Amino acid sequence: MSVTLDDVRHIASLARLGLSEPRAEALVAELNTILQHMDVLSEVDTSTVADESITSVSGAAPLRLDAGPPIPLARSREAMAPRMQDGFFLVPRLSTHEDLEASS
Amino acid sequence: MSAPRDDPSSLAGLSAADLAAAVARGDRSATQVVEGSLQRARDAGAGRDGLNILLYEDADAASRDHGTSVGVAPGPLFGVPVVVKDNIATTAMPTSCGSRILEGYVSPYDATAIVRLREAGALVIAKSNMDEFAMGSSTENSAFGPTKNPLAPDRVPGGSSGGSAAAVAAGIVRVALGSETGGSVRQPAAFCGVVGVKPTYGRVSRYGLVAFASSLDHIGVFGRTVDDAALCLQTIAGFDPMDSTSRAEPVPDYRAGARSASKGNDFRGIVVGKPKEYFPDDLDSRIREKCDAALEHMKQRGAVIRDVSLPHTGLAIEVYYIIAPAEASANLARFDGVRYGLRIEGHGLRGMYEATRSAGFGAEVTRRILLGTYVLSAGYYDAYYRKAQQVRALIARDFSAVFDSGVDLLFTPTTPTTAFPLGAKSDPYEMYLSDIFTCTANLAGVPAMSLPIGRIDGLPVGGQLIARHFGEQGLFAAAYALELALGEDALR
Amino acid sequence: MSAGSGAHSLSSSPRYEMVVGLEVHVHLDTATKIFCRCSTDFGAPPNANTCPVCLALPGALPVLNAHAVGLAIRAALALGCAVQRTSVFARKNYFYPDLPKGYQISQFDKPLALGGQVEIGTNADGWPIAIGVTRVHMEEDAGKSIHDRFAGASAVDLNRAGVPLVEIVSEPDMRTAAQADAYLRALKQILEYAGVSDVNMEEGSLRVDANVSARLMGETALGTKTEVKNMNSFSSVVRALDVEFARQCAILDAGGRIEQQTMLWDANSGQVRPARSKEGSHDYRYFPEPDLPPLVLSAEQIDQARRELPELPKARRERYAREFAGLTEYDIDVLTARPATGEYFEQVARASGDAKAAANWMMGEVLAALKVSDQEIENFGVQSSNVAALLVMVRDGALSHSAAKQVFASMVKTGEAPARIAERDGLLKVSDDSALLGWIDAVFVECPDEAKRFVGGERRLLGVLVGHVMKKSKGSADPKRVNQLLATRLET
Repeated sequence: MSVTLDDVRHIASLARLGLSEPRAEALVAELNTILQHMDVLSEVDTSTVADESITSVSGAAPLRLDAGPPIPLARSREAMAPRMQDGFFLVPRLSTHEDLEASS
Repeated sequence: MSAPRDDPSSLAGLSAADLAAAVARGDRSATQVVEGSLQRARDAGAGRDGLNILLYEDADAASRDHGTSVGVAPGPLFGVPVVVKDNIATTAMPTSCGSRILEGYVSPYDATAIVRLREAGALVIAKSNMDEFAMGSSTENSAFGPTKNPLAPDRVPGGSSGGSAAAVAAGIVRVALGSETGGSVRQPAAFCGVVGVKPTYGRVSRYGLVAFASSLDHIGVFGRTVDDAALCLQTIAGFDPMDSTSRAEPVPDYRAGARSASKGNDFRGIVVGKPKEYFPDDLDSRIREKCDAALEHMKQRGAVIRDVSLPHTGLAIEVYYIIAPAEASANLARFDGVRYGLRIEGHGLRGMYEATRSAGFGAEVTRRILLGTYVLSAGYYDAYYRKAQQVRALIARDFSAVFDSGVDLLFTPTTPTTAFPLGAKSDPYEMYLSDIFTCTANLAGVPAMSLPIGRIDGLPVGGQLIARHFGEQGLFAAAYALELALGEDALR
Repeated sequence: MSAGSGAHSLSSSPRYEMVVGLEVHVHLDTATKIFCRCSTDFGAPPNANTCPVCLALPGALPVLNAHAVGLAIRAALALGCAVQRTSVFARKNYFYPDLPKGYQISQFDKPLALGGQVEIGTNADGWPIAIGVTRVHMEEDAGKSIHDRFAGASAVDLNRAGVPLVEIVSEPDMRTAAQADAYLRALKQILEYAGVSDVNMEEGSLRVDANVSARLMGETALGTKTEVKNMNSFSSVVRALDVEFARQCAILDAGGRIEQQTMLWDANSGQVRPARSKEGSHDYRYFPEPDLPPLVLSAEQIDQARRELPELPKARRERYAREFAGLTEYDIDVLTARPATGEYFEQVARASGDAKAAANWMMGEVLAALKVSDQEIENFGVQSSNVAALLVMVRDGALSHSAAKQVFASMVKTGEAPARIAERDGLLKVSDDSALLGWIDAVFVECPDEAKRFVGGERRLLGVLVGHVMKKSKGSADPKRVNQLLATRLET
């Protein structure tokens, strides 16, 4: 498998990373160099590995009580946020349904 | 540069435990301790225009951290200054992860490890430089410039916790917190000639550790000595209801265990495995010699040295550089310019996202986000991510098999080389190979430690001990004994 | 309940069959969010209910809410699903300002529960129509983006971010919009009975997306589907399905092909239109959530949840048919529509000992009064014991039916006991002969002509005279006794 310039553009778009043309082109080579090394994995016999081990962390999730108090904040949200008004975080205006499909 | 550690009159000459006792007795005040540490930082040139070890200092740490402890029995780290890696959340200083995207960000909550340090009486005096978001092995990938190795300023201190390792090596503090995803504590510990411990996954809460790769991330500790590191680790270890992956196993007294086990014939009855995959034919012969010398010390003190094999070791770097970037690509999605951190306006929402993230992340972080996005994307998940998780399971099985066969500990070199010159590794994959002996323990979740076993051309060499899950006590006992046995040899 | 299998479609062409599967998101009724201790209260000031976890601050970690798990299990069992002993949380990656982490913690290939069904009535032959439930999984809700409050900016409120949800995915088993409506109503009823949610579509605690396709009648393969979103009531689901089906039929009739895409329902125009998105931009890059170990449930836990499951609508309907003689199927449907309605009815029926009268009063006066005051029965000011007492008074002859209605009207206003109201307002039936004879005498004086004709044998005037007496007594006279007394005046 090898990565193309279109692939780099596509994944950069998914990751919301703006890339200049030369940077995108350089990344094609960089990623291919790295991914070349990864191809060795396809040769490994993993038939003895149960599907269950595909989860990253073992054990069972601990459960907590359905009760407060909420975790306190030592600083206000306003002190952290780049743009805030009337308690809302502000972002560039979305036309009402633009990207709505992404929010399901 | 090596003066502080040999100067018995300085604070650095006192172990963390002895310093805590001295402050508790009133021999020194917390304020004097903080001033002393920050003075040594200045003397060592630890600032941004010097070795660039510390990014932020808290001159008020004494009053802040001890302000509420009046009338409380002095904790085990009472008055002990601690430097903390810049990716561990603190309310008193910024937490920028060595990144532009978090420059100036001050966390509104403290990490659990910070809370526990404070409860033990420690003084969190500074945040240390690091590779951006812990992605790197040299601390050259910091948005705030590279850290230099205090023992050889033309060389890297290792990474990504290079600042914390350097802070201990430079004698600023006896103990420091770092973090590990693939060796980021042990590798800089080896390069800087200090002790570095990565505990079992789940042993120390990750709450407040800014995530790089959640299933591989650990908070680890640096100590000038094994005892310093043991004291620090047992302070921060233990179950935390805020971290679903932390574990409830009891925390033994690592120091007491280490001391009692290391009386007399330190290694009697201990089987130390020497995994052949960590001693490849092309291993630097001088590093091999140092390791063999350390193994000989253990053997002379009663250890049984056994040749063992961890057959999937050779795949660890590949597995690691799939899983870690994959998890990172999701973990770093929260840096979007909406709620905190950097924001650069662009065309519409997407433009803002892309401008913010491309301006905020450095080259290595960008590369890994893209790599991680790619290996998770439609059509590639099975070939890369799923396969890597399966091989990861095989790597973990290798460790289980060896430990189940009667081996108590493994001993290996920590790194294939000593500290390399700044700017020496420009090829990303070549840099990734720095983690070749360390990332296996992260993949398997087993505890591991690096301690100084000698020097080559004045540069420290690290030896690595690895134990089974929650086998920290045995790790510390062996490390303490080896440290005693090596004595001054560790500096030669 | 009846599902209405009849065609209710806008499609001009009877050649095609609608195929619908629904994805329903339901808020679980917990006090705190799924992964943090923030309140789930609706209506707090923007972002007031947020913390490091649901703001996705660097270093924060999720911890699963036990009650959310319990409610999700209950929902799954109520829908007849097999709850899985091990289920796995996964990250669903996409960028949106109301998704603070840049991923939603959901479940993907190992959901909480699989394989249930919902009955939506019977077909023409009397067989139950069952809609398959493919899966039930747990996930967190996103926040809200508000687009019309600030000029040039969208506003993000994260109070809802992290509210626990179950997503209930049906099989593509529905063939008409009416069936989809029946499924939604049945589902809502079951979830309300199970006590997992307040299932309020207006407050967004229940949301519906639909997968719709069209195929030729008799065809067994599924056609290309579209996903229809943005419907905010059950009636808009019905309308949107019909509109989308008609759109697809028109395309197919014209020889075109259906494009797989997301359609948005616009309630104002009554139209669907494609969401603006590039094809293939959906790549959620799911992978197992490394911050959460799997959710592991014991067989005992699942069994216990099953034992503790409240009575569900179907069981209640069957029980009413068995226990309460004289109720029609329609009565039972009305009385069991909401769990609280049935509980109120049962209290009245038991206390009064007359199920049929209780049912009549529930379906008549009680539900009408609730409708007038726009109240839920849970908040109704009239206690069920008082309604029962009222029915007993009617049965014992202490109140006439019309007087009882007056008394009930006062009960709704004041919540007082019926006996007290009846007494105070003089509405108790009078059957004391001396009082009745007094009124009869008075009527004979006032209406001498009719009285004379009646006494003379014109029996048909009996009713008129009884009416006069009743009027004179303001309805309190016992009409039966008045009849008897008047009859004695007849000259036989």
